[in-house]
Amino acid sequence: MNPGNEISLQGYLRQDGRKGIRNVVLVVYLVECAHHVARQIVNRLDHPDVQLIGFSGCFPNDHALKLMKRLCTHPNVAGSLIVSLGCEGFNRTALSSEIEASGRPVKSLVIQENGGTRTTIDDGVAWAQATRRATADSGRVPMTIDELVVATICGGSDGTSGISANPAVGRCFDKLIRHKATCIFEETGELIGCEHIMAERAITPQLGEALQASVDKAARYYDTLGYGSYAPGNADGGLSTIEEKSMGAYMKSGDSPISGIINPGDIPPPGGGLYLMDVVPDGEVRFGFPNISDNAEIVEMMASGAHITLFTTGRGSVVGSAISPVIKICANTETYQRLSEDMDINAGRIVQGEASLDELGEEIFQRVIAVAQGQQSKSESLGHQEFILTYKHFEPLGPSCLPLR
Amino acid sequence: MTNDKRLLLLNADDNVLVCCQALSAGSELAIEGQTITLPAPLEVGHKIARRDIDAGDKVIRYGVPIGSTTSAIRIGEHVHTHNLKSDYIESHHRDAVEGKI
Repeated sequence: MNPGNEISLQGYLRQDGRKGIRNVVLVVYLVECAHHVARQIVNRLDHPDVQLIGFSGCFPNDHALKLMKRLCTHPNVAGSLIVSLGCEGFNRTALSSEIEASGRPVKSLVIQENGGTRTTIDDGVAWAQATRRATADSGRVPMTIDELVVATICGGSDGTSGISANPAVGRCFDKLIRHKATCIFEETGELIGCEHIMAERAITPQLGEALQASVDKAARYYDTLGYGSYAPGNADGGLSTIEEKSMGAYMKSGDSPISGIINPGDIPPPGGGLYLMDVVPDGEVRFGFPNISDNAEIVEMMASGAHITLFTTGRGSVVGSAISPVIKICANTETYQRLSEDMDINAGRIVQGEASLDELGEEIFQRVIAVAQGQQSKSESLGHQEFILTYKHFEPLGPSCLPLR
Repeated sequence: MTNDKRLLLLNADDNVLVCCQALSAGSELAIEGQTITLPAPLEVGHKIARRDIDAGDKVIRYGVPIGSTTSAIRIGEHVHTHNLKSDYIESHHRDAVEGKI
């Protein structure tokens, strides 16, 4: 008997059949010009389940539209209020149609047609308030671990990340995958130097080649930009090169076979397993750096359905996220003590020889279950709801990226 | 050969050890049977050489190369950006970033 089957979760059942662990009403601005109005609506309601997300650019972008569609129909999301100025390039009709088709309540307010700032704020507050109340009692149904999607990211890495927090998350991932959950790791630019050993874990040789190709693409992309995914703080923490940082980051993926590659916003097929998200855009370098900060990566994995993100940090990040809880795993005791109010788990105990990787992996696994059952993570309880979405371009993935199982 | 427990060997093939406890200048460390006196403080997460490494050789951590040395490194010496470079993309630093502006 699989012990994980005894763990009972309660999910918010959406009309499209997906199950969430949170019940969020989103207020979504579609251009920076609508940001203030949207923020005022969220501020006026001042409720942790009414959250702000948005896209700042006026120019349209297929990637941003795809991600916004996936985010507004995320299993943790109950409904969305779209706030548009009116003349921006974002296809608000396509977004609202997608949300409507998923069975979630949606309302679009166009400021230019709605009487301006004050009127739109008042209308938005009324709709979001009513929708939150109407969806607050959304039916909760039994949910099992194999319905969970868990993502991982590292931010503010140092020389301890790769020996404590990251391999501990890897152990947690291995256990989640044994329970047929879906796990996502990412940032091919932080896998430079690991491509050969990673390829050996692919479930087919063709997928192995695709994994190597995705890292080669990242190396080319970052080389053109002139910077690797390596920040000065990494050097302060003892990391000397991108490949050293990569090997540490790679430890988050654990030891399970790699089942496929997905692009941001692609929903992994049912059945669970480990997926690499290729976050580096295709084609010529354009729009700038692939992900300008950690939250951009969290957003991309949420767009692929992540219910929870495991965030490892050595230097000490404090961010959380809108939509899905972030659990912080600190790689060393020095940083943990400095920032304990922001850290969920101290993996520094591994560095000090006070705990084993298996013990920490189990502790992270148990925290994932507790947060899925409704316990607030530290960043959640502190009100962190960061969000960022920027311009990108992707081509559809080739057939070798998602082998049939 | 045993190493000081304040230093971590991650893989038998590694030629560096990772510091897992902040060390002050003058600390005496046992590395592969030799006693090394630290000339400067060493912070948690930083690396020191487990053996002599020639200029241009690979630095091995986790059992895999993490770059090449830019000068010869003696056993017990701090291994970092001053004597180790990426074989892929050059690492950048705050002062270098400021210099570009």
